[in-house]
Amino acid sequence: MAFESENDRYRRFTRRSFLLASAQGLLVTGLLGRLYYLGVVESSQYKTMAEDNRLSLRLIAPVRGKIFDRHGNPLAINQKDFQVHLIPEAAHDVKATLSALGKIVNISDQEIEKILKKISRQPGFVPVKVAENLSWETFSRVNVEMPNLPGIQPVEDKIRFYPEGPMTPHMIGYVGAPNGDGVRRDPVLQLPGFKIGVTGFEESLDDNLRGIAGTSRVEVNAYGRVVREVARQEGREGDPVTLTIDLELQRYAAKRLGDESAAVVVMDIHSGDVLAAVSTPSFDPNDFSFGISQKKMDELKNNPKKPFVNKFLSGQYPPGSTFKMVVALAALKAGVIDEKEKITCTGKIELGDSTFHCWKEEGHGRLALVNAIARSCDVYFYEIAGRVGIDRIAEMAHRLGLGETYDIGLNGQAEGLIPTRDWKWAYYGTSWQKGETLISGIGQGAVLATPLQLAVMTARLAHGAEAVNPRLIYSIGNESSFRPRFEPMNLNRKHLRLIREGMEKVHQEGGTAYLSRLLGKGMSMAGKTGTSQVRRITKEEREKGIPDPSERPWIERDHALFVGYGPVDAPRFALSVVVEHGGGGSSTAAPIGRDIMRKAIEEDPMAKPVKADLPEPGMKEAENG
Amino acid sequence: MARSLYFAPRTFDLSPGQRLRKINWLMVLTLSAVAGIGFAMLYSVAGGSWDPWAKNQAIRFGFALVIMIGIALLDLKWLMGLAYPAYAGALVLLVLVELLGSSGMGGQRWLDLGLIRIQPSEIMKVAVVLALAKYFHTLTPETYRHYKHLIIPVLLIAIPTALVMHQPDLGTAALLALGGLGVIFLAGARAWIFWAGIIGGLGAVPFIWRRLMDYQQDRILTFLNPESDPLGAGYQIIQSKIALGSGGLFGKGFMQGTQSHLNFLPEMKTDFIFTVLAEEFGLAGGLTLISLYVILLLYGLYISVSCRSQFGRMLAGGLTFILFLYVFINIGMVTGLLPVVGVPLPLVSYGGSAMLTVMIAYGLILSVGVQCGVNLARKD
Repeated sequence: MAFESENDRYRRFTRRSFLLASAQGLLVTGLLGRLYYLGVVESSQYKTMAEDNRLSLRLIAPVRGKIFDRHGNPLAINQKDFQVHLIPEAAHDVKATLSALGKIVNISDQEIEKILKKISRQPGFVPVKVAENLSWETFSRVNVEMPNLPGIQPVEDKIRFYPEGPMTPHMIGYVGAPNGDGVRRDPVLQLPGFKIGVTGFEESLDDNLRGIAGTSRVEVNAYGRVVREVARQEGREGDPVTLTIDLELQRYAAKRLGDESAAVVVMDIHSGDVLAAVSTPSFDPNDFSFGISQKKMDELKNNPKKPFVNKFLSGQYPPGSTFKMVVALAALKAGVIDEKEKITCTGKIELGDSTFHCWKEEGHGRLALVNAIARSCDVYFYEIAGRVGIDRIAEMAHRLGLGETYDIGLNGQAEGLIPTRDWKWAYYGTSWQKGETLISGIGQGAVLATPLQLAVMTARLAHGAEAVNPRLIYSIGNESSFRPRFEPMNLNRKHLRLIREGMEKVHQEGGTAYLSRLLGKGMSMAGKTGTSQVRRITKEEREKGIPDPSERPWIERDHALFVGYGPVDAPRFALSVVVEHGGGGSSTAAPIGRDIMRKAIEEDPMAKPVKADLPEPGMKEAENG
Repeated sequence: MARSLYFAPRTFDLSPGQRLRKINWLMVLTLSAVAGIGFAMLYSVAGGSWDPWAKNQAIRFGFALVIMIGIALLDLKWLMGLAYPAYAGALVLLVLVELLGSSGMGGQRWLDLGLIRIQPSEIMKVAVVLALAKYFHTLTPETYRHYKHLIIPVLLIAIPTALVMHQPDLGTAALLALGGLGVIFLAGARAWIFWAGIIGGLGAVPFIWRRLMDYQQDRILTFLNPESDPLGAGYQIIQSKIALGSGGLFGKGFMQGTQSHLNFLPEMKTDFIFTVLAEEFGLAGGLTLISLYVILLLYGLYISVSCRSQFGRMLAGGLTFILFLYVFINIGMVTGLLPVVGVPLPLVSYGGSAMLTVMIAYGLILSVGVQCGVNLARKD
């Protein structure tokens, strides 16, 4: 090989330079091709991805619909809750800020620990709730002190508030944090602090009350911090709900029952509107808003009078003598008795081996239907119940609304129990005994009814013509739950008159509620007392003499019942009273019924117009036109 | 006839004023334009503010510009004399970093000398080309292709590459190795060596793989399949591609880049600044910047092939190749063509060390351009 000259070396260098430059050119062309591919060919895909990166859809919690009584008094509203939030990254020293805040707001060391723990688990720009339920004064002081509290944010939130507190919780219910499988599927439920109805109307009307969440399309950065809002769609507040309740009557009834374990239902007999429905003892649903203390919760849970149970809806009681109208009507309809036939009461009746006692040991002597109702003679009703048979009694009970549930929009309605031959066979596999018919004739044995059912029964008896149905919801949003046309009851008018005469005589001399008669101008009422045994009276006890109710332990005392309507000439209101272990119907329940009836007639809630958020007639047309 | 043109021994003793006039000012302008694009992007990344990056970068560029012009005025002969001492100095600094860096600081790449921070690996990029150029210059045309003359160049490259790799700085190591090999290729070493080298290199992949740190392995794995780990190691590449792609033909407009302004882009003021440009100015913006680089590279090529001295040719050719590697690796990396190895975009990425290196390198190219016709003796 020839030695190379400087010239050859230069040529080789030049050749290599161009070779290397060509390779570079190729690679740069590759880069350009890549840029073209990304920026032109695939551009639309990457544009979408960039938008997805940038925009995030946030939900805005809807405001929960309010609940009112028939006159527009608030029963459930949303109250401002003054809270203090802390944005950790805005605070230079979280602990220092918290201790400075501690001079204005009470924060326990335990809470501080919880807050610090929470802060350590999430990004620094996510606010942490530090305090809530502050008074306006405290909240104002926090606002004034803001410059000395870096990172602190005063926030006004909305919290469910029940102005009537313990007057209405069983009906209205309360709200709580959602849980269960649904939470994962519905993003609205995942909003911090979002509450759903747990019991009462808050639960059953939750769909209406909840409203529709708004959306906010926000631009977020890579850390999820919101940079600005791009678009916003306001949500819709939940529908307001107007109930048929009259707050004044409700309050009165609740106070009248006091601490008893009791329930009252008052109805307008023409519309079926429930004007008051009370269950006692009660609790304050507002206690749940900021977390109830364990002690208070235990107290409520362990209370033998069961404050959480909605007694007017789910409490089932033997109706006792209040059932006698049903038996009488059934017997009259069947023609096994008439108003003139007298039956002798000696204080007891024998059937086979068994003896059936009248509540009046010495007996009532000879009496006919009207007096039998007025004095509540058990022997008379044993006799006619035996004649008419259980199935015809059951048919009449259903016709009067017992053993039925109604379309009132509340969950947890108990059905009660009206026994029949078939029922016994299906349930116990044994045949119905005649003795059971007799005991059912005085509303004991298997017969069960709820206070609501007893009120409906009384309303139907007082109305006479139609099978009145109760309603609790007057309107939802601007849609009224228009009163359905009630079914005719097809009861013999003459029979009904006899029953009502008997009920009127209950409040007259010789009647079981004579002492609880309603006095005053325009005041009158008819009714029926009932005392239902919780525990069978043993033979020994009967021989020793029946002990006085007050001498027995509370849980063994008889239930006291009363049903009634008024005024007598043109009935408008029907009510039922049940006092658990109250002792006697005439001594305990009847006075309560009388007082509430007086209040209803005095106040006359039906005379005042209903104030609901309904559209004026013709407004829709005006809007469209 | 043509031969005598190259071999007539000529010397130009130019006065500093003459040299100043002979500097290719068009290239200085092009460099300034590239840096200007960098300032604009840093201004945008800061949300429309000169603080904190754009201002710093501009001050540094002004400083580097003075140094570059100063270097462009230096005598080539004198520069050749500086080649080995400069290499030796850079090597000492690298070892120093290695020793200090081993004191538990992790991947420490710079020496803090109080006033300035020196990144020896950056200086080494220029120094290795200088040393190689000088070495090949001293060889006679008769013997320069002899294999024994490859031993020293390979060592000159391998030692600093190994040190940088150990830091670990994969990007700079790759740049040093590839740049050095480029110089050897330009020097005229036999072509089969390079083929053998490529094959041998591929064979060495498993061994190198085992030597890599976990995060380096991650980078390469996610480069091969970024979607495998969209929130972890693949995040950078995916977000970078989204920024580039969503820019489209003409971009979202100055300061309108959502990917950059909302912090989806990683390292956007340094290694990934090209994506900010491509997002805000689209394909057109990217093309403009690449064109400016191509002008700078073509000038380097022109200077290297028209230079009289072997030293000048090697120096200009080698440094041009280094500049190309910077640009190609960086853009290749942000477009997802190459693994993310941490190579900045020359003059545009925020940072002083890399800018200074590139400006010194281009100062040397300009200097060769000024003294294009100067012949240098083989031996001093």
